[in-house]
Amino acid sequence: MGKQYETVIGLEVHVELATKTKIFCGCSTEFGGAPNTHTCPVCTGMPGSLPVLNKQVLAYAVAVGLATDCKITRYCKFDRKNYFYPDNPQNYQISQLYLPICRDGKVEIETESGKKFVGIHEIHMEEDAGKMIHDEGSDYSLVDYNRSGVPLIEIVSEPDMRSAEEVIAYLEKLRMLIQYLGASDCKMQEGSMRADVNLSVREVGSLEYGTRTEMKNLNSFSAITRAIAGEKARQIDLLEAGEKVVQETRRWDDNAGKSYAMRSKEDAQDYRYFPDPDLVPIVVTEEFLADIKAKQPEFREDKIARYKEEFDIPEYDIDIITGSKHMADIFEETVALGAQPKKVSNWLMVETLRLLKENNMDPEDIRFSPKHLAGLIKLTDAKAINSTVAKEVFEEMFKNDIDPENYVEEKGLKTVSDEGALRKTVEEVIANNPQSVEDYRNGKEKAIGFLVGQTMKAMKGKADPGMVNQLLKELL
Amino acid sequence: MANIISDETIEYVGILAKLELSDEEKEAAKRDMGRMLDYIDKLGELDTAGVEPMSHIFPVQNVFREDVVTGTDCREAILKNAPRQKDGMFVVPKTFD
Repeated sequence: MGKQYETVIGLEVHVELATKTKIFCGCSTEFGGAPNTHTCPVCTGMPGSLPVLNKQVLAYAVAVGLATDCKITRYCKFDRKNYFYPDNPQNYQISQLYLPICRDGKVEIETESGKKFVGIHEIHMEEDAGKMIHDEGSDYSLVDYNRSGVPLIEIVSEPDMRSAEEVIAYLEKLRMLIQYLGASDCKMQEGSMRADVNLSVREVGSLEYGTRTEMKNLNSFSAITRAIAGEKARQIDLLEAGEKVVQETRRWDDNAGKSYAMRSKEDAQDYRYFPDPDLVPIVVTEEFLADIKAKQPEFREDKIARYKEEFDIPEYDIDIITGSKHMADIFEETVALGAQPKKVSNWLMVETLRLLKENNMDPEDIRFSPKHLAGLIKLTDAKAINSTVAKEVFEEMFKNDIDPENYVEEKGLKTVSDEGALRKTVEEVIANNPQSVEDYRNGKEKAIGFLVGQTMKAMKGKADPGMVNQLLKELL
Repeated sequence: MANIISDETIEYVGILAKLELSDEEKEAAKRDMGRMLDYIDKLGELDTAGVEPMSHIFPVQNVFREDVVTGTDCREAILKNAPRQKDGMFVVPKTFD
């Protein structure tokens, strides 16, 4: 009879903050600059340079702390974490050990097995390291310091999760809160949200924790799910074989579906933390805190409740739309411009989601403006364009945020509702398609469809299909 | 000298500081470190009960920058420090995560 095991999981989540500049200097955080062009003496660790904290970093960290029900540390400091590695030009990382900005929080998650709270142990501010590029087959590595000094918050959970489902629900929850705050775009694939998984197993009923490992290099929710299953199985196999789990850091190789030991805690680094003398203490004042509190957005749960009250759209739509703050903003602003909620929701749910999927984009990447979506809906409401043309215009709007009104005008896409012109075309189509005309007259109702199609083609798609139908029936 | 630094300790400190010390240098460093610790031990003579640990000597707090790009491109200057460079990047001995 096999023993029953329980998995115990805690996460360390690094989030890159959406500031314009780095945490301690005025260098741009913009992604994709030529190597080492976003650098200065501060973020390359030149002796004598002086770091100064970016106020927005503190504002974002406090906002995330408030959103996760944390206690804000009113007197906080930065510490130096010492280690030698080429991605770190100072030979220390500026982080927070003794007095992190936030402590003792919690978020509520929901999985199929119900609702529960996951505790937040702490959130601290720190700087990112540079990027190492490992040239295949060469005997060297290359270093780019553009990312060095980009602000991060590290959110450390309590070991409160028991399954991969709970881990994903927790990450989704954090991502949603942080995206709603605008504090980060939280894209795992691009590294603006990174999660390290601390995992141990123990026999069900045991109160003591087993020895844990820390797993790194998890770049997607699905990789996290696979890594948790793999590590759980590996630890149980060890215990079943009478061996011990070694406390160590492991690197997950998602292609191989395996993890490898990176370094064991026995030769763990001794970081020799000490307060950074270059950075003066931070006192979070009442005014600062009140200001951040006043600026907290309406979060997703409240938004969902309000949408259900205010808008007559399906719950499924509400769920999708509020799943992205950006999409919810577009929805609300378009409705505020006078468009009918159901119609706005339809454009978002059908065409927008289709184009996002086709182009491998996130809702966060939507570029068209609410004004233009409202304009398009106005054009269709007025029957100035038919639905086929509207889809065409929308695609253009999705790509280049064009003004639909101007676009329709310029391209001459307006529906021809001049009955005279339409009648003439219909007559021509009837004259040119005697076979279909005969079929229809012999009772083949479907034949009219072909004639409608031919008319629309002759009108380059710009006719009102209802009117075409009516005219055909009349003339036949 | 009240504080005696062991061979293991000086070896470990050497590893942390990425220094390779000769036997003579190790002996000298052991003596120096012992004396430094003796000096610091004097602080233990003071009664510090109820005194907040101090990390900064100046009564200054809340020094911030606004989130405005002021940085300039220092690539040329910082790469002058590189023993080797390639494609605008520093070349370092091969490392693995």
